[in-house]
Amino acid sequence: MTPAPADLSGLSGRFLAMLGPHGVITDPVRLRTYECDGLTYHRATPAVVVLPETAEQVAAVVRACHETGTPFVARGSGTGLSGGALPRSDGVLIVTSRMRRILEIDVENRRAVVEPGVTNLAITEAARPYGYYYAPDPSSQQICSIGGNVAENSGGAHCLKYGFTVNHVLAVELVTPEGEIVLLDAMDPGYDLLGAFIGSEGTLGIATKITVRLSREPETVTTLLAAFPDVETGGVAVSAIIGAGIVPAAIEMMDALAIEAAEAAVRCDYPPGAGAVLIVELDGPHAEVAHEFARVDAICRESGAFAVRVADDPARRAAIWKGRRSAFAAVGRISPAYLVQDGVVPRTALPAVLAGIERLSARYGIRVANVFHAGDGNLHPLVLFDDAEEGAGERAELVSGEILDLCLEHGGSITGEHGVGVDKSRYMPKMFTAEDLDTMQLVRCAFDPRNLSNPGKIFPTPRLCGEVPGVRKGVHPLVASGEADLF
Amino acid sequence: MDPELIKDCVHCGFCLPTCPTYALWGEEMDSPRGRIHLMKQHVEGTPLTPEMAGHFDACLGCMACVTACPSGVRYDTLIEQTRAEVERTHRRGWDERAFRALVFGLFPHPRRLRALRLPLKLTERLRPRLAPLLERLDPRLAAMAALAPPVPRRTLIPPLVAARGERRAVVGMLTGCVQAEFFPRVNAATARVLALEGCDVVVPPRQGCCGALSVHSGRPEEAARFARRTIATFERAGVETVIVNAAGCGSSTKEYADLLAGDPAWAERARALRFVDLAEFLAELGPAAERHPLPMTVAYHDACHLAHAQGVRAQPRALLAGVPELRVREIPDAAMCCGSAGTYNLFQPEAARELGDRKAEQVLGVGADLLVSANPGCTMQIASAARRRGEELRVAHTAEVLDASLRGLSPAALGAP
Ligand SMILES: Cc1cc2nc3c(=O)[nH]c(=O)nc-3n(C[C@H](O)[C@H](O)[C@H](O)COP(=O)(O)OP(=O)(O)OC[C@H]3O[C@@H](n4cnc5c(N)ncnc54)[C@H](O)[C@@H]3O)c2cc1C
Ligand code: SF4
Ligand code: SF4
Repeated sequence: MTPAPADLSGLSGRFLAMLGPHGVITDPVRLRTYECDGLTYHRATPAVVVLPETAEQVAAVVRACHETGTPFVARGSGTGLSGGALPRSDGVLIVTSRMRRILEIDVENRRAVVEPGVTNLAITEAARPYGYYYAPDPSSQQICSIGGNVAENSGGAHCLKYGFTVNHVLAVELVTPEGEIVLLDAMDPGYDLLGAFIGSEGTLGIATKITVRLSREPETVTTLLAAFPDVETGGVAVSAIIGAGIVPAAIEMMDALAIEAAEAAVRCDYPPGAGAVLIVELDGPHAEVAHEFARVDAICRESGAFAVRVADDPARRAAIWKGRRSAFAAVGRISPAYLVQDGVVPRTALPAVLAGIERLSARYGIRVANVFHAGDGNLHPLVLFDDAEEGAGERAELVSGEILDLCLEHGGSITGEHGVGVDKSRYMPKMFTAEDLDTMQLVRCAFDPRNLSNPGKIFPTPRLCGEVPGVRKGVHPLVASGEADLF
Repeated sequence: MDPELIKDCVHCGFCLPTCPTYALWGEEMDSPRGRIHLMKQHVEGTPLTPEMAGHFDACLGCMACVTACPSGVRYDTLIEQTRAEVERTHRRGWDERAFRALVFGLFPHPRRLRALRLPLKLTERLRPRLAPLLERLDPRLAAMAALAPPVPRRTLIPPLVAARGERRAVVGMLTGCVQAEFFPRVNAATARVLALEGCDVVVPPRQGCCGALSVHSGRPEEAARFARRTIATFERAGVETVIVNAAGCGSSTKEYADLLAGDPAWAERARALRFVDLAEFLAELGPAAERHPLPMTVAYHDACHLAHAQGVRAQPRALLAGVPELRVREIPDAAMCCGSAGTYNLFQPEAARELGDRKAEQVLGVGADLLVSANPGCTMQIASAARRRGEELRVAHTAEVLDASLRGLSPAALGAP
């Protein structure tokens, strides 16, 4: 059971006046449907949920929270995989699912202005008639919100060539944790506050309007599916492709278990007997794609691919991608429960890390399916277990955690694109020193001195701004030594 | 509610963008993921509250979430079980109970529907004037009156329609309750098309309701009774294949074996009969009769119970595309329900109306001469939404278009300009 929600009836009364009866949820059964995001084993029922429709309403709610010292958490579509949108049972959950208007498609300036609840794919769909699209493409693109993407600095298969969310957001209007509406623009002189906000996981305020860059649809897109006997040979091909100076739009790899799941879910019909498949997508001007394609094809075969399929029309490309896109959710077909891990390693360390994962899997008797953005070394091991089996969940947790240790050992990171959230905050001290973490807190305190905006996420324990709810205690060593200042 | 089926949901949210109620209200509890969460709360011990029941009632049963779910969650089975649970344990207000009794006492009964024809006919011109009054009394009554179609002349289909030319198959035909009384032209067209394509068509007289309405409204015992009667009717008719031309009836007849699972002998009898959608069947059979040109543009609308529940999408499009000079256009956001959803537009008129308005806007944007679908409920719903916008939409069933082409009629015969 999750902790019982606190009584915030005074505050809910104020919200009712601001948002009307359809904008406030206080019924316990309804509240519980918001208890988790895509990571279901962290759960907490929010004390109250609000569904604002405008930035002013968000600001009014946040101001009321600020005044009363009530913590609040932003939520988009609730697809996060690190518990970032995990509610506070003593706080308010601010959901953007009714802020889903596309305000402007500005083709001449190649940008779109949207509200935070607009889904990633909806932007592309609105831009497509003009020959444009929104480049970052998380596998959850049909449902994840752009506000969530900004908060998590989300990536996707095509970020290898085109960059992550941070490379495609031009401006953000946000409500600060004190309830002020401000605009951060990439063109502003001075500190890159927009850069600080993107990837801040809801801890620096709530985005209410986002201006994104639209990209021109490439002249040609060719997708190649290569089947290998095992992940090692697939890995060799990846290194050889990048080594040859080619930057494909995407290079994705799936191992045998992930292929099995995808086949079960969407019958993607990959070449039978493959121990791994590599999906390589090339895009750009026709001549360039044709030239690069010939080289990639040759490299794959030289590295040991036993089957290569090519698709250059949208339907056949979609057929190849279908398996990859559904892979996460599809493992539900071959396992009662699973954990999705997200880690990064230098591309050259991929073979060693994959071998390490296999050893872990054997040692704990826990199956691990691998789906990953091979081009930038972003691993997504799916740790499969049966939650009905005694102790299996704990062993899966151990495997999942040790995979991150493995990534760190090889000079990698504990998250590539799913964020730290509540799930990985405990790993932060493994990656950063106490001083590093304190310095990050300084940034946080500059935005959120009362530590009310999504508290308990990213950082293992709130250090500088004091315990929740409350005021600052003590002085940071860097401030004391005169090396840093709060404001 | 089967906890194992609930566990299949991994909470990924991929089903949210296709859910009509989530599109309308943007709330977790009115999304498939949220409804499954409510079911989970209930099986874990939370009593079924009126709020919970409200969110289950608001579900259209369009099954778009089943199509969208990569984890294979059987939401269709789950919501059927849930509706039955709601009917068992939830006590509705007296007005709601009375209205439901009216609907369930009327629709699945062709003879009572027939009795209604005369009063409907007489009040045809009065109804628009009554509408505002009914709206004030109860929006549900207004919805019912607004939806009552103009009463057509009855068309009797003979019990056997013989194949033209070489006989390629012998099939039964389900006439349906609402279909038979209010859209007899669709049934006549279906029988003619089948005969022209070389089928002997057996049409048992006095067929009852197939049970679709009951099974989709949490009344499994009533549904099972209707199912057994339908199976017996077609056994007596001596056919193995039964053609169904209404999407809702198609999906429920295909699930007879599951519905009757508690009764192995009847489940076996259900399995021995093959219920199949008209378009699905014709696509398998392959064209034989000559198609005459129909120079017009049609917009094809996917009925939820055909596309999502039966997975029949390509076949009707292929049949239409096979008509010379007929252009088929796609409607944007095709997977989204029009809000008709069986009895939904009676029980949840406001939501249904809003969804109808959205769909009508998209259909009108396509700019076709005719709107085609495999479910008169859908086309009626979209046409009445268009009428609210002051636009007249011509509508037809896939069978009527094929019939016109096979008989060499002109687009005008379908009401198109
Ligand atoms: C099946 C599946 C596949 C996925 N694939 C990918 C992938 O390929 N790449 C990838 O990067 N991610 C992926 N994800 C993770 C997830 O979809 C992303 O993190 C996404 O950006 C979350 O968006 P959301 O709207 O669901 O946000 P939520 O889960 O609702 O929230 C995520 C975080 O953002 C914060 N937040 C939400 N809205 C705002 C706002 N307006 N202002 C400030 N903070 C806000 C929340 O507080 C929370 O910390 C996947 C998830 C699933 C379930
Ligand atoms: S059946 Fe339709 S309305 Fe009901 S939850 Fe699924 S998508 Fe939503
Ligand atoms: S029903 Fe399917 S698509 Fe929807 S949240 Fe559950 S697993 Fe995901």
